[in-house]
Amino acid sequence: MVKKILSIALCAIVLVFIYAPILLLVVYSFDNSKIIDVSKFNFSFDLYRQLFHNSEIMQILFNTVWLALAAATLSTVLGTAGAIGIFYSKRKIAKPLQAVSQIPVINAEIVTAISLALLFSMVFLYRTYLSLIVGHMVLCTPFVVLSVLPKLKQMDPNTYEAALDLGASPSQALFKVVIPQIFTGILSGFMLSVTLSLDDYIVTAFTKPKAFDTISTYVYNAVKNGTNSSTPALRALSAIIFIIMIAAVLLINLRAGKKKKEAASR
Amino acid sequence: MIKVHFSRKQLCIPYALFLALFVVFPMLMILFYAFTDTVDGSITFTFANFINFFTSTAKLSTLLMSFTVAIISTAICLLIGYPIAYILARSKLRRRNVLLMLFIMPMWINFVLRINALRDLLDVINLLGTQNYLNTIIGMVYDFLPFMILPLYTTLEKLDNSYLEAASDLGGNKFTVFSKVTLPLSMPGVISGITMVFMPSMTNYVVSDTLGNFNITILGKLINEYFTTYDNWHMGSMISIILLVIIFLTLLATGGLKDSKTEARGANLW
Repeated sequence: MVKKILSIALCAIVLVFIYAPILLLVVYSFDNSKIIDVSKFNFSFDLYRQLFHNSEIMQILFNTVWLALAAATLSTVLGTAGAIGIFYSKRKIAKPLQAVSQIPVINAEIVTAISLALLFSMVFLYRTYLSLIVGHMVLCTPFVVLSVLPKLKQMDPNTYEAALDLGASPSQALFKVVIPQIFTGILSGFMLSVTLSLDDYIVTAFTKPKAFDTISTYVYNAVKNGTNSSTPALRALSAIIFIIMIAAVLLINLRAGKKKKEAASR
Repeated sequence: MIKVHFSRKQLCIPYALFLALFVVFPMLMILFYAFTDTVDGSITFTFANFINFFTSTAKLSTLLMSFTVAIISTAICLLIGYPIAYILARSKLRRRNVLLMLFIMPMWINFVLRINALRDLLDVINLLGTQNYLNTIIGMVYDFLPFMILPLYTTLEKLDNSYLEAASDLGGNKFTVFSKVTLPLSMPGVISGITMVFMPSMTNYVVSDTLGNFNITILGKLINEYFTTYDNWHMGSMISIILLVIIFLTLLATGGLKDSKTEARGANLW
């Protein structure tokens, strides 16, 4: 009994620690004062109005989303092809490729960031859209490879051969037989890439064009320059992102849980 | 029409070129920059950056500060994360997956926004600006705790109950069962969690800047400063090499982390 109470208490304390800042921000996104003051609360939708009329922040939101989608799409194509190639290659080729794939995964982000700064400044392409997209692809692609490879290993190798025997061309066999079987791995690689790209600050800061900002770089710079308190609309932006992400994650998981249950009861 | 002869193996060529050009070559460039210097426009080979790092008290104290922050943050994450993962993995709740999700969900929300939310909270309770060191550690724990909980949960959940039953049937009390069976079997999760928290805590300067009010310098920030503020890319590269050696030594000491990092990033949860 004591053990149970202690367990629940510990879980509750940690959950409060995790969600208190988020809750504070969501609640005070409905308060129009510049700096959060817990002794008073003036309910209003002012910050949301300011947010949607702030063309700068809207542009940044747009930048962040297209960058994530572009980087994730390119990484998913490159990484899926890479994983299939690695899976069917000889050990002599597959092993080193897998080892090098681990470098960006293990490496500190700041080291990845400066290595790209050195490379792109050598060819005078530093701080361009190219360096930015490549930077995000370096972060994301290995994760796509690492989430597709296990699915390839689980696949029945005979299905590809069977498709060829039945007259499919290699590319037909690939798209109609292999890809569908590893699709869950590709999808999780893509989702992981989107979240990695949305979450990134350091690589973005080192590779982005000067006038380009994502949510991460904009907010960090606002705090650094002390201008964050003059744009309280950022509170509304954070609140919206928190709520959308929490809802999305819960929805996906509740649905996945339901599917699993259905499968189990069958 | 030309018939392209296509083989599955060749699909790895674009990826191999990508890795060579954007991962391997840039890393070699860091090595080159670290052991050279630009004097009057010409590049010369030198050990000066290396010697400079280990003779500069400011840089060595940054190294020490980074270690302290990282060790304390990792220890706190482990002390909080292990019991949480244990409780979740051992619970008989039907909905424990949703409960787990509540603990690790933050890893999918932009960390700059989360850290700023924490900054606002610390400001409300009057800690911001007065306790830079403490706030930085709180921030690292806040940011990286999910990355500790997830791998621990994954290993603890797979743990075969019959081992624990056998141990207690053979006369082990609760403490011996835990220390002789549960803990050793969960070591892969512990190691994976430590590597997920330790290295970012030494380098993620967004956390230390936002919560330490730009007064705490950790290794990541020092590298950033040499690239942006001081414009000395050679010294910045040398510090990166030293950081890489530290990462390599931690991996060596803990036995590496293999493929677990994708799992720890929650790949299989989507």
